[in-house]
Amino acid sequence: MKKSIAIVAFVVIFAFLVLGVVQMRPFGEPENEDMDDHFLGDSQERHQVNNVVTAVLFDYRGLDTLGEATILFSAVSGVLTVLRKIKDEKEEVED
Amino acid sequence: MNWEMSRVVRTITDILIVPMIIFGIYLVLHGHLTPGGGFQGGAVIASSTALLIVSYGTLGKHKKDLSSIEAVGLTLFILIAFFGIGYTMFYNYLAGTGGIFGGTVPAGPNPGYINTGGTVTLMNLMVGIEVSAALSLILWMMSRESGIMEAKDKGSEGMEVKG
Repeated sequence: MKKSIAIVAFVVIFAFLVLGVVQMRPFGEPENEDMDDHFLGDSQERHQVNNVVTAVLFDYRGLDTLGEATILFSAVSGVLTVLRKIKDEKEEVED
Repeated sequence: MNWEMSRVVRTITDILIVPMIIFGIYLVLHGHLTPGGGFQGGAVIASSTALLIVSYGTLGKHKKDLSSIEAVGLTLFILIAFFGIGYTMFYNYLAGTGGIFGGTVPAGPNPGYINTGGTVTLMNLMVGIEVSAALSLILWMMSRESGIMEAKDKGSEGMEVKG
């Protein structure tokens, strides 16, 4: 019973994936090119940045980058909290 | 246990640590011209911290400095983003004004000039400072907890972590 469910699920998911590969558009021919052209021209004209990737990362999607930096900050906070010295332990390194 | 690798490894570390930090700073400062940027350059600088910990077994007593550097980097990042609030947050209010990082970029392919980019360059710098300090701090704490970094009585001259 368990095995038949697994086989059916495998076949269905595999069929979906194959369908996606077959129906994929050819490489280099996206459906909509408006945003690409806008980014490529606008990053040099208005934002004065040569690197379009950096322009997207720090200007168009600046809030996303802020979230990434906040994630790193909270990760450091978590590490500092978990690995802190408790009072009963003997102090090895002066913090 | 006093973890410290042999004199050969320590000498090679002393030689390699300067190019590594300089390469990280280059990646951060040229983020708006070449591939790379704040996150990648900060990771390169933090890898120099890993090299120091592996070869010397200590970083000295710079944990509070690293914490402060990280917090300052993130705060300045948010402040720079917030100063564009007259238009919208993360608005590039420095681009093309002629001030700091306010040079104009000629249209089309060009060799790239460091004095361009506006807030993008400044934010790269702040993110680089934050990421390098944060990853160094994580490495510091985890290596101390794993027992590699037992307390050493003698000081650690010349082994400060550059933010």
